[in-house]
Parts: sequence; structure tokens; C-alpha cells
Amino acid sequence: MSLPLAATVGPSAYWYLTRSTGTMAMVLLTLSVVLGVIDVQRYSSTRLPRFIVDGMHRSVSLLAVVFLVVHIVTAALDSFASIPLIDAVVPFAGSYRPLWLGLGAASFDLVIAVVITSLARKRLGYRAWRFTHWFAYASWPLALLHGLGTGSDVKTTWMIAISGGCIAAVLFSVCIRVASGWPGQVGLRTAAAGVAVCFAGGVALWLPGGPLGAGWAKRSGTPTSLLRPAAVRSPR
Amino acid sequence: MTSRLRVNWIACEAHGMCAELLPERITLDDWGYPIIDERPIPPELEAHARRAADACPTLALALAAERARRR
Amino acid sequence: MSVSAPPATLPRLLTGMTSSGAMTLDHHFEIHGALPALARRRRDSALALVNELERSGLRGRGGAAFPTAVKVTAVAAARGRAVVVANGCEGEPASHKDRLLLERLPHLVIDGALLVAHAVDAGEVVIAVDEQATRAARATDKALRERSDLSRGAPRVRLVTVPSGYVSGQEAAIVNFLNGGPAKPTGGPTPIFERGVKGRPTLMNNVETLAHVALIARHGAAWFRALGAYGEPGSTLVTLGGAVAQPGVFEIEMGASIASLVDAAGGPTAQLRAFMVGGYAGTWVPADIGYQLPLSPDELREFGASLGAGIVFALPSTACPVAELAFVARWLSGQSAGQCGPCVYGLEAIAAALEQVRVGVGGEGTLAQIRRWAALASGRGACAHPDGVARFITSGTEVFAEELVDHAHRGPCAGCVQRHLLPTPVAPTAQRAT
Repeated sequence: MSLPLAATVGPSAYWYLTRSTGTMAMVLLTLSVVLGVIDVQRYSSTRLPRFIVDGMHRSVSLLAVVFLVVHIVTAALDSFASIPLIDAVVPFAGSYRPLWLGLGAASFDLVIAVVITSLARKRLGYRAWRFTHWFAYASWPLALLHGLGTGSDVKTTWMIAISGGCIAAVLFSVCIRVASGWPGQVGLRTAAAGVAVCFAGGVALWLPGGPLGAGWAKRSGTPTSLLRPAAVRSPR
Repeated sequence: MTSRLRVNWIACEAHGMCAELLPERITLDDWGYPIIDERPIPPELEAHARRAADACPTLALALAAERARRR
Repeated sequence: MSVSAPPATLPRLLTGMTSSGAMTLDHHFEIHGALPALARRRRDSALALVNELERSGLRGRGGAAFPTAVKVTAVAAARGRAVVVANGCEGEPASHKDRLLLERLPHLVIDGALLVAHAVDAGEVVIAVDEQATRAARATDKALRERSDLSRGAPRVRLVTVPSGYVSGQEAAIVNFLNGGPAKPTGGPTPIFERGVKGRPTLMNNVETLAHVALIARHGAAWFRALGAYGEPGSTLVTLGGAVAQPGVFEIEMGASIASLVDAAGGPTAQLRAFMVGGYAGTWVPADIGYQLPLSPDELREFGASLGAGIVFALPSTACPVAELAFVARWLSGQSAGQCGPCVYGLEAIAAALEQVRVGVGGEGTLAQIRRWAALASGRGACAHPDGVARFITSGTEVFAEELVDHAHRGPCAGCVQRHLLPTPVAPTAQRAT
């Protein structure tokens, strides 16, 4: 489906919108994780009482969802890549970069679960809510990998800087969380910290040969019809 | 129709947000657990009391409406 | 309801009790008569029993003193097939009456349980007993096997052992345990007479209460009321411990004075300082006042006291009341189910502070702190454990004010080094969840 927003062959305004809102959603999701850790760590001061931190965590999360929804809708509306709406919730079934797009869908599924249980908290009870909320931690790396894998702007400096900032923020928050939570479960906590550090390291190692490397668009599964023709070497 | 605050003491984990949001009726003890003023909640504090109950991370605080007791 | 009522004297429950061993079924029927024939129409016999219980004025003997007729009626009126629980868990270390009934007179308890089970149309009867009370469990099990009436379409009766613990015998804790959870209070909003074991209306009575029901059903309310004084009818079992010649379980007339109880136990073995009345959730009474105190709920209430689960402990002047308070407070803190902050932290603070006072490190400021923490602990938990401890300690700080101030200034006294008298049993397995 396409709306005649711009009668050009290349990317439309929707494409730019989906990229920008996607980036914003990533930043907001990161902020939500950081605020969530500040919240559960019970940090408070007279200037920043706990109910403010908690309220900010909830508001930022909902804002992230709003940007996510715009990101998804504009991606579906855009005619360039023809991504059906269903690909937003059913992971890995699409034709455009199925793996990397699918990670985004998986992340979105988890976000939906977290949001629904949070809104229906009173009816579901504390335990059901708390159990589902743990998956919020999983939605973040999925979203990051989705952004790095599908993002058209990955190679730009500003995008690398934003991604690096998000990774640093979440890594720092996870380490703080792991350092103080669950006094009895040292093994589990060390494992969690290990996973976080390995993930960050892994992304750093993967980037140069992956999205930042040559020919990523083709390697990540962009349909051939959308690929820019390869540069033709002038004959010697 | 009056309302009263009730604490589920098993669920309460001393987060303390309730005392921040309704200091007129809730203070914290030496260990951060709420001390609830037992008086019924007047209409002007009703919205704040409801907000305090909604803010509790463990859903330990409840605002229970009850009919005025007939003597 | 009765054929010919026995005279209005003691003993009643303890009639025919031998020096050891459980009373057999035959002997039981010989002494008390057969179980009243249940009318063919359940409603008739149920109504008859409830009326008799109401007229008798019987109140629960587990500590809460709730009118039994009201409880039975509430469960009978609730929706669903009821469950009867005979509570013989007896978490108070200074109480032995429930254990005694189950060890030596189990048929009285079983009679009572079957009678109320019939009245509320219960499909199941559970007799709950402390897992460490092996003699009581064995005797009850044997008694159940003696009874043929249990196989004739009567409700299923089973014996369940509950993990030891001060709060394990609490109503909600037992229900929680029977439902597969830990023996810890749940503090839920729904009362167990509406929804308890397996979600069914649950009638929980102390085993002594059921023993009284067994006799009231046979001899009638008027017989029950022929004993008793000060507006409280009937007889009751009291565990008397401490500095008396023959401590043990006694059956007294309601309203009897502590002096008559001490006399029945062979008199004091030393000059007495005070009486603990009602167990570790009860109160202290100075000896001179205590001697004349009638053991009836109304009279005791005047002193802010209550009989509780029928416990009186005579503290001699040679003992150190500060040490007793400190050790019991420490034990009670450890007995917390560990579910509610104000109880966990409050009782720990009180226990630590009392020990500081005992050794002379804490001053009068500490005493004020203890009273403040006790007041804070009341009413802020899922069960009444912190309330009971608060009452016990606050009462102790009033009655033993002199000794406490003395310790605060001068440290431990000669009496501190003795083994403390009030029982603080150690369970074989760790009870408290970390």
C-alpha cells in the first residue's frame, strides 16, 4: 500500500520518518531502562522523590511506545520496501531483511506484553506483572540489534555515537543493578553481568565486519530489487 | 461514603512512594514502612489517596470505600 | 439433649483421666455416655446443637474467645461444602493443654469434631497437631482407628502434622499449610469461615473447645453453666508453670482465682514476683494483685489482661524478669514468619534493645525506644504476632519498671546468670525464611 506522498522512485518522507522515529524509540527505550534501574535501586533525593522517578519511568516508556508505533506505521506505509504491518508482530516472516527486521518484531512483542501487563497491573496482580516485566531487559538488545541490522544510517557518525551511548548507558545500569540486587544469587548475578559485557563486546566486534562493512545491505537480506546497482569498475 | 487506606503488609516492601504522595495521612517508620493514619479519607484528599495507592510498586496499598458505619 | 446430667463439679473434661496412656473408646463412653444420637434430619440436630451451644455461652479456648455458636452458624450459612479443622497445634510453649487432650482424651476431641461437622454438613475433618507432638499424634491416630462410626458415611477424618512454630498454629497459617503452602499467616481479606481449606468454608476450633462441645451436647447448656462465675460459664483448662510445686494442666471453674489455681498445684515454691497470664501474647500481673485475680475474661480485661490459651506462669523473685523478657523477646523475634517489615524489624529492634538494657549498655532512652517500637509494631502485620509481642513487652516494662531501670544503670544482676525459666524451645529444623 502506498500513498502518493512523493512521486519519486527513491525513499519517501515515510522512510525518513520511520528511521528517525526508530532512532528516537531506541533512545527512549534506553532511557526507560536506565530510569527503571534508578527506580528499582530506590535512589531518591529531596529534588527527585521516588514517585517522580517512577512516574518518569512510566511516562518515558509510554512515549517510547508512541514513537515505536509511528515507526512501525510509517515503515508499513512507505512504498520503498513494502513491509507489511504484520511483520511488526510476527518475527522473521517478512521478505525485507527478515532476521534483522524480525528482531525488531520480537522486541516489539515483548514491549507489548510489558505495556499491557503494566496497564492491567491491578487486575493481574503483582506477581504476574513482575514476571513479565523482566522481559523488558530482553527487549532492549533485540531493539538495538534490529536498529544496527536494518538501519540505513548505521554508517553515519551520529548513529554510531547514539548507539554507543545507548550501549554504555544500559551496560552501566545493568552493572549497578546486578551489583546490589538479589543478595543470595551470586551466580545468577555474575552470569547476568557477564552476558551484558559479552553482548556489548560482541556488538563492538561485529560492527566493523557487519553493518559497517561493505555490502551489508545485500548480506542482511534486502530484496535484490531494492539494491542499488553495484559500482561498475572501469575496465583497466 | 468514606474511604480508608489499607496496607497488605506481606506485599509491602517499604518503597515509600505512598508517604511522598500522601504525607497528610502516611508517614514512614524507622525502617521505611508506612504508618497509616486510621482516620477516613476526606473528599479533598481522595484523589491524592488514589494516586498513592496506584503508585505503590507492589500494589500493597489499597483504598477501600466503605459505607459510613451506622451506630 | 441429656439423659441425666452429672453433678456441677470438677473435673469435667479431665474426668477419669489416668496417670498415663490414652482413654479407650469404651472407657470414654462409660464415663461420658454415648454420643448423642444425631436426629435423622440433619437440620434438626444441627439447629439443636447450635441452640445448646448458644445457651451455654461457650467461647473458643484457643485464645480469641470467640462465641462458638456464632462461628458454627457462620460456617453453616456459608456457601459450599464445609471443612472442620480441630486445631491442636498449640504454638505457645508455656501451654500443654491441647497436647494433653490429644494424648490422653482424644475421644472427647473427636466427638466434638464430629458433632460440629454434622452441624455444618462438613465433608472432611482435619485434626491438626504439631509435628513434634509425636505422642499426641500417635494417640489420636490410634483413637481414630478405634472408632467404627467413622466408616459409616460420616465425614472423612484425617490427622495432619503441621511444622512447629509459634505462628504456625494461627488460623490462616494452618489453612495455608493445608492448601499446600507454608505454615505462615496469609493476612488475606476473606475470613476462613467463608473460604478456607480448598476454598471451602472452614470451621476451625481449638481442640479444647471441641471437647466442651462433646460434653455440652450430652449434658446440656444448663449443666455447662452450673459452673463458672463472673459472667463466664463453664470450666476451662489452664497450664500452670513456673515456681509451683506441681506445675501442669489443671481444669478450673471459670472465674477461679489464681490463688486457688496455685493451691491446686501444691502452692508456690518461692516468693513470687509476678504472674504471666495468657502466654507470650499476654500480660504480666504483679504477684500481690495476681493472687486475687479471678480468671475470667471480664475481670482480667480490667487489668488489660486475658486468659489467652489458658496459660499462667508464676515468676519467682529469684528469677531476673529482665533476662526473662530479653530471652523471650529474642525467641519471639525469631518466630516471626518473616513476611512483614514492621514485625521483622520491630521485634528484632525490641529484642536487641532489651538485651542492651539487660547488660547495662542501654539507658533509659533505650527503654523509651522499646515502648515506642512496641507501639509501632501493633496492627502493622498480616497476623497478630507483633501485636501480641508488643502487649507482652509493654506490660513487662510497666510491671518490671524498677528492675529494668536498675539493669539499665548497673548491668546484669545475680539472677541473670541462671538458666531462664520461661520456655523458648528450639525447633529441630530452621523455621524462619531468610
